[in-house]
Amino acid sequence: MLLNYIKIAWKVLLRHPFYTFITLFGISLTLTVLMVLTSFLDHLIGSHYPENKRDRTLYIMQMTQQDSSRTSRQSGPMSFKFLTEYAKSLKTPERVTICTFINSSNAYVGSQKIKLNTKFTDADFWRVTDFEFLEGKPYNEQNIANGENVLVITDDFKKHYFESATEPVVGKDVEIENIHYKVIGVVKASPVTRPFTYADVFFPYTAPKSNYQNTGMRGGYVAMILAKDKSDLKAIQDEFQSHIDRIPLPGIQDGFKYAILDVKSEPYLENFVGTIMDGNAGLKTIFFGVIAFVMFMLMGLPAINLVNINVSRIMERASEIGIRKAFGAPVKTLVWQFIVENIFITLIGGTIALGLTMIVIHLINTSGIIAYADLAINLNVFIISLLVCLIFGLLSGVLPALRMSKLNIAEALKS
Amino acid sequence: MINLQNIEKVYRTSTIETLALNNINLDIKKGEFVSIMGPSGCGKSTLLNVMGLLDEPSKGTVQLDGQPVTKYTDKELARLRNQKIGFIFQSFHLINDLSVIDNVEIPLLYRSTNGKPRQEYAKEALTKVGLSNRMKHFPKQLSGGQKQRVAIARAIVGNPDIILADEPTGNLDSAMGNEIMNILQQLNDDGATIVMVTHDEQMAKRTHRLIRLFDGTQVL
Repeated sequence: MLLNYIKIAWKVLLRHPFYTFITLFGISLTLTVLMVLTSFLDHLIGSHYPENKRDRTLYIMQMTQQDSSRTSRQSGPMSFKFLTEYAKSLKTPERVTICTFINSSNAYVGSQKIKLNTKFTDADFWRVTDFEFLEGKPYNEQNIANGENVLVITDDFKKHYFESATEPVVGKDVEIENIHYKVIGVVKASPVTRPFTYADVFFPYTAPKSNYQNTGMRGGYVAMILAKDKSDLKAIQDEFQSHIDRIPLPGIQDGFKYAILDVKSEPYLENFVGTIMDGNAGLKTIFFGVIAFVMFMLMGLPAINLVNINVSRIMERASEIGIRKAFGAPVKTLVWQFIVENIFITLIGGTIALGLTMIVIHLINTSGIIAYADLAINLNVFIISLLVCLIFGLLSGVLPALRMSKLNIAEALKS
Repeated sequence: MINLQNIEKVYRTSTIETLALNNINLDIKKGEFVSIMGPSGCGKSTLLNVMGLLDEPSKGTVQLDGQPVTKYTDKELARLRNQKIGFIFQSFHLINDLSVIDNVEIPLLYRSTNGKPRQEYAKEALTKVGLSNRMKHFPKQLSGGQKQRVAIARAIVGNPDIILADEPTGNLDSAMGNEIMNILQQLNDDGATIVMVTHDEQMAKRTHRLIRLFDGTQVL
């Protein structure tokens, strides 16, 4: 039966190449946009290099202080001291790392300036993340305790600074802002879209200009908390909150008297959306609502167009519908047949879209629009894309199928 | 086998009402070969459609094997058509996108017959009408007579009790028409009940009984 449906669907496609082209063009373009979008979202929020354990990691990104009337507020990253006291001391997690968000600096190769993104981290940073060391090793607690001027650089920085991608550079000297550092390791770079791990150069937090000794609550540091297991996340959040609740209120920071203190440890997606929406729960709902609406419109409009094309081509199939009904096809079977046909066509469009998506993703990855981008079609993206194809096929197939199947047999046979 | 009581069929548009069948009472017995004749537009095909459960009468009762079908659902009517009735149409109504054997298999698709036996039955039916060598061909590659033989094979593949033929020889030359008529007569000899609409007196003479319609009314 299924084979019979597919045979017919294939023949219908071949019958009018122009219509087929328009239909497949619409489907594949829509699905390409959706697949690239899904791949980009996955790139943005999924667990990928070097944050492969995102699904069991909590992020502490900012502290918000407000006065009692909630009229003024200040927010931003925290001090190394604050995070050491309230996050590093947690008992439930497997490990906690403290690092700066993204700092900038300059280095010179001859007279040429290289703009740098830098990061000061503790030794646990290399255990919480999964950086691939192409050369050397990470700095450890001993290097940090000794106050050694060492650094870990990315392969890309190595290429620019040492003007060679192949020559080993561990042990070599790098001068950044008149301070000399020794290269201890070279890692494969993290994309700019992963700000907790993105940098060109990584220093131990005891390196000059890290400001790790600042005494206030606010500073330039953030933290990543790695749980032993996904199921521990809630317990860690509770433990962290209980630490925060111990802070006496009101307090004073840089002359600002605050009565409300808010520091959250959240999974990456919530932290990401929360930061964009400034922690407003209502806005978060609107954000997800808008995304859902855009996705629906992206699928809905071409689906309506396809419904239109399908319905207008009903009469072409009227005789066939009449014959099938005359020989015993019930309405339900015919509806199913047309849905299967539509899903088949959508899957062809989906296959074309998959090819187009690969091309687009390759172009994005190699163009440098997003530094070190590693967009990919992984299993998640593929399953979501397949699901999208099926929903699209159903959306555009049900209405024409219902109209087709309700045709009067005698009338259909006359056509 | 088929019993029609007080059948009336009215076609309505917003401005006009056409009485296509008027008070038709008919009883077709098992094993009969009946022909329906009459001028164009007199309601022959409409009557055949009502008998074949392809169209609903505006009034009256259709009984099949003594069972009134008036209150049957779409699914029940479909099952009845599938198991009891085979159709042959003047313009063949083959699906051009499917091969000859795929066309013949159609009624069996809706009986959930598995692939292999389905092919066997279709081959048997095609052998009966002398087309076993054309199974992989497509309708467009066949002559009119061959197409009608495929249509007959499709009508008989499920061994229905009743065959309804709407001008089966209308689009064929007389030699080819005779061939088709011979096949129908053979099917009738094998036990099938056949009702055939025709314009051809010679063909009608070869059936057991003749029904004549005029302006939707039975006159003979």
